[in-house]
Amino acid sequence: MGDTWKRFHCDRLAMAGLVTIVVFAMAAIFAPVIAPYNPSEQFFDGLTLEGSPLPPSWRFWFGTDTNGRDQFSRLLYGARTSLLIGIVANGIAVAVGAALGLVAGYLRGWTGAAIMRLTDLMMAFPPLLLAIALAAILKPGLNIVILVIALVNWVQIARVIYTETVALSEREYIEAARALGAGNLRILLRHLLPHLIPTVIVYATLGIATTVLLEAMLSFLGRGVQPPTPAWGMMIFESQSYFLNAPWLVFIPGAAILILALAFNLVGDGLRDALDPTQRGRG
Amino acid sequence: MLRYLAKRLAASVLILLGVSIVTFGLTFMIPADPVTMIAGRNSTPQMREQIRVQLGLDKPIPEQYARYLGRLVTGDLGISYARKSEVAPLVASRLPPTLLLMLGAIIAELMIGLPAGIYAATRRGRFGDKAAMTLSFLSVSTPQFVLGLTLLYLFAYLWNWFPLGGYGKISNLILPALTLGLAGGGWYSRMMRSSMIEVLRNDYIRTARAKGMSEWRVVMKHGFRNAILPIVAMIGLDVGIFMSGVVVVENVFGWPGIGQLMWQAIQSLDIPVIMGVTIVAACFIVLGNLIADLVSPLIDPRIRLR
Repeated sequence: MGDTWKRFHCDRLAMAGLVTIVVFAMAAIFAPVIAPYNPSEQFFDGLTLEGSPLPPSWRFWFGTDTNGRDQFSRLLYGARTSLLIGIVANGIAVAVGAALGLVAGYLRGWTGAAIMRLTDLMMAFPPLLLAIALAAILKPGLNIVILVIALVNWVQIARVIYTETVALSEREYIEAARALGAGNLRILLRHLLPHLIPTVIVYATLGIATTVLLEAMLSFLGRGVQPPTPAWGMMIFESQSYFLNAPWLVFIPGAAILILALAFNLVGDGLRDALDPTQRGRG
Repeated sequence: MLRYLAKRLAASVLILLGVSIVTFGLTFMIPADPVTMIAGRNSTPQMREQIRVQLGLDKPIPEQYARYLGRLVTGDLGISYARKSEVAPLVASRLPPTLLLMLGAIIAELMIGLPAGIYAATRRGRFGDKAAMTLSFLSVSTPQFVLGLTLLYLFAYLWNWFPLGGYGKISNLILPALTLGLAGGGWYSRMMRSSMIEVLRNDYIRTARAKGMSEWRVVMKHGFRNAILPIVAMIGLDVGIFMSGVVVVENVFGWPGIGQLMWQAIQSLDIPVIMGVTIVAACFIVLGNLIADLVSPLIDPRIRLR
């Protein structure tokens, strides 16, 4: 563990990613303290006389949106939505995917085949389209978005864990454990799972980046969390028609999505190198 | 090879059957009653009953599924709530622009990914390598709608290099294709880098260098040809990734493909169109995966035929 941290610590890009995530998490947690205004408050002086949004100024740091609301406050509260969905939805997906992959890889036989054919089926659906279809059928909202993203995201981790479990199951120490009378559950939890933890951690981190982007796309398409809850994708959707005159309304939340996704990607990549130094530099 | 082909084909058919079960199941989860959607709110009970019988909703579920599957096989995707016209011809008329856009995106991602990957592989461990790989992370972390809007703002609005949107000319295609393909370019650059590093380790590369061949010719003549093979096999898989992206990209650029159709259907909750596009997209993904499966052993005989 100490070595892993040392290697990670030396990876400047990964550390930059980690610092960024901490900053965003702080902004999300302390949003009510940091935010200068209520994110839903519509200011009378928040629009120009013609009714267009205000550019960044001392009063409104990141300008105002098309409803005269403070963009900076909305951005802070939007970080809550992105991080909450990114962590919870992806957490569920990783837990379910890893469990299914582990069981499929260890038991194989028809249980394994059934689970893996299910992942084949899931791969036939474009993730965004499936998420949209589900979100269109169910009433959109925070819980549904989490459910939908978890339903779409468990597949990749399940396949990766399956492949690794199949390889591990053939090792002699598993056979030895079985010969000593260890039950299936004990072998799964005590002998297989610990070896898979690094992979799970790496994919969980990289998966948050994907989830942040998927959530932003869903909310850009109006099928994510619903107003008045601020979400970065929705902020861009709402100001899309104004954006040639007020490009900051797209660029600022857009940059926030990009930076957060990039940070999780960099940390995930850094963790992959740090947890498995033999793979270093192999891309 | 023939057995392998038959096996892959059978697997593809099974997956499509699974797709039909899922979409059939999804239509049952809809809270809105399809009869009301078609008949309108002011319809009489007799009219509703008539439509219910017409749609076969009075039959048991397995029979309903059999009829549903029968319709799908004959290319009947149902009737759009919003347009009151058949979904299948609608989707078919929107497919060519989407396929054109995808072709453009494939060209864009190869033109970005391959040179970047080769460059990084030849500078392995040095600054150029790290910069290229960081940029590849940047490209896969960029939300496509933000990228699309940014390109529109810079190249179409501010500098007037390209039109603000529309369809028909090659100049219309460039920005959307770039938007759709950039993330793929990032992935390809990483794959090309590791593939090239792998190839450059071979003995015949050392021989070529020992002959006194210039490094450029070693890389391009002996390295490139072999390093690109695993990449070519991946192109079929792009279809699946693009099918998600087109919804966003076509909406941003006003591109008249199935992505825009999907976007309009989402806004009016036109479930038959949403399901129709999803089914057609799934067919293309299964086809793309099948092509990838068939191409891989052809270009690399070492891949075991399972």
